[in-house]
Amino acid sequence: MRTPIAYFLLLSAILFALGSASVLMRRNALRIFMGVELQLNSVNLTLVAFSRMHLELDGQILAFFSMVVAAAEVVVGLAIIVAVFRRTGTTDVDRADVLRG
Amino acid sequence: MIDLIGLAIAIPLAAAAVNMLVGARLGRFAGWLATGAMAVSFAIALGALLDLLSLPAADRAQVVTVAEWIRAGAATVTLDLRVDPLSITMAMVVTGVGSLIHLYAIGYMEHDPMPGRFFGYMNLFCAFMLALVLANDFLLLYLGWEGVGLCSYLLIGFWSERPEAARAAKKAFITTRVGDVMLLLGLFVIWIHFGSFDFDTVLGGEGSLPEIATGTATAISLLMLGGAVGKSAQLPLHVWLPDAMAGPTPVSALIHAATMVTAGVYLVVRTHVLFEISDVALTVVAVIGLAGALYAGFASLGQYDMKRALAYSTMSQLGFMFLAAGLGFNAVAISLLVAHAFYKALLFLTSGNVMHGLHDEIDVRRLGGLVRDMPWTAALFAAGALALSGLPPFSGYFTKDAILELASHDGEVWAYVLGSLGALVSAWYIARLFFTAFIGDQRYEGRAHEASTLMRAPLVVLAIGALFAGMWLAFTPEGRLATFLEPVVGTVAEGHAGPSTQVLVAISVVLTLLGIAIAWRLYRPAAAERWVSFPEREPGLAGALGHAFYIDDLYAWIVGTVGLGGAAALEWFDRTVVDGAVNGVGRLAVRASGLAPIWQSGKVRRYALSFLAGGVALLVFAAVRV
Repeated sequence: MRTPIAYFLLLSAILFALGSASVLMRRNALRIFMGVELQLNSVNLTLVAFSRMHLELDGQILAFFSMVVAAAEVVVGLAIIVAVFRRTGTTDVDRADVLRG
Repeated sequence: MIDLIGLAIAIPLAAAAVNMLVGARLGRFAGWLATGAMAVSFAIALGALLDLLSLPAADRAQVVTVAEWIRAGAATVTLDLRVDPLSITMAMVVTGVGSLIHLYAIGYMEHDPMPGRFFGYMNLFCAFMLALVLANDFLLLYLGWEGVGLCSYLLIGFWSERPEAARAAKKAFITTRVGDVMLLLGLFVIWIHFGSFDFDTVLGGEGSLPEIATGTATAISLLMLGGAVGKSAQLPLHVWLPDAMAGPTPVSALIHAATMVTAGVYLVVRTHVLFEISDVALTVVAVIGLAGALYAGFASLGQYDMKRALAYSTMSQLGFMFLAAGLGFNAVAISLLVAHAFYKALLFLTSGNVMHGLHDEIDVRRLGGLVRDMPWTAALFAAGALALSGLPPFSGYFTKDAILELASHDGEVWAYVLGSLGALVSAWYIARLFFTAFIGDQRYEGRAHEASTLMRAPLVVLAIGALFAGMWLAFTPEGRLATFLEPVVGTVAEGHAGPSTQVLVAISVVLTLLGIAIAWRLYRPAAAERWVSFPEREPGLAGALGHAFYIDDLYAWIVGTVGLGGAAALEWFDRTVVDGAVNGVGRLAVRASGLAPIWQSGKVRRYALSFLAGGVALLVFAAVRV
């Protein structure tokens, strides 16, 4: 018996909500980053679930792409965070607001 | 020599250039260079005059083409000079009297630190004045006209470190500008109507009248009269002339007595054909002249500054010239112009002697008895005064009184009566100056030193001219100068109205003697206390005479109070309303743009929230659509 799709989607929604909450409420850049990863992986979960539901591989392939891009994004994002930390001595994103209008 | 007449302009111009460029290194030589240039110019003009006299009367209008001047499309303007009896007479006055005044100025300006600049301007003035009188078209005439105005400005303000000189220079330039603009408008009308500036086209050569409607002729004449009134300091644009005396005295003699101020008379006489077509314009000329002659005569009586009194006297004499031109007696107007150039230059230069000998003291209340320290100057002044007063046989009689005589014979009773009153006042004011400054008790400190020989020599020549030129040229209507001028200025059919000539001469002599007697009664040495204290005793009358009936003050009030008030109101309107509107639009844009950066907070989490809200909104939108 196959697990109904709704369970996967529900888990994915919960993960995405947790990730979003982390992004919106945390001020530490690293924690925000973790929230972003959580969001990405919740979406990956959705892709894989639908892929299995349709018995096609497109979704799983897209999930791999997503992981690769996420890995690259982590590299760039961490580099930015390190650079900001070196310059300002903090990873508090609310204090990195030099681009305000 | 007629072909060389262009050199009469070019040589003073070249000397002016040399003096203005390297005059500072020339020292005393600057004056001699300028005087020499004027003497050469005079010799050329004299040669041209003699050549002209050798021609038959009908051929005495020679045009010399110097160069092509302007080529604009089909219209070309050539630089033409006209040698005819009128222009050569004017040129003789400018170069002859001009040379003598230059010679005098060498002595007068010997202590000035910048003789090069002074003589440069003087030569430049003479070049422009010669261009004005020798022009064969209105364009070159206008060039000279503006040029002499410029030189007048530069020379009145020559001592630019004195505030009153700088002010007087500006006043002269701006006041005459009012007239110059009218002249320019007149030239525009001429161009529109005739399509040419050439004298022969516009004024009609060989006795033929130009084809022009009376109304157009009136318009042109009155506009040109406006220019003449400004340049010749006639009512109502006369206010600059008395103030112009702030310049060096040779300038007053050359520009503001002998030559430039007569340019207006020359213009009216030169274009008399147009004035005669329009009867109205001719009457206006006569009325302005007569009013100016009387007004300035009385104003002169109230002046204690000798040079200002002489300035009003100049204006009065110019009024007589305008009266003559307005009545159609052009030849006599020019005769008076020539005679006046001699005696008024002489009078100004003798007052210059007084200033030179007494450290610029010129107020007659602090002079008196100068005849003892300066016998030459006193005698020379007396010669000028005699010539001006109109006693026969001196110049004034043959010119000023000739105008009145002709007026009476023509039946112009009002012009004769009022003009005779003006003649009486002339004798009165000039005798007043002589009695107050040169005889009686000495009222100045120290001793006045008599002018040097260099300064006296040209004055003696001028005095001979002032006294006897009238007689020599026989300035009567049938006299030699008048006959010489007739081909240009037209003939006057002598009338036979009114009393005979003998009676008129007797009346004229009696009136002149009466004027001198009044002056003696009022200003004789024994009465010195009375006239010196006159302003305290009669402040009303003395104020009216001294301020020349407050016309200047009226203008000052109009420009100063009304004009500046209006300007201030406009300035307020500009700043508050016009600028306010413009600045308001700008401020509005700034305020509006201040609202935009609310979104640009720089807070990453807010951006993320917007991002999420946008995503949610899209999802909701998609759900609702389905």
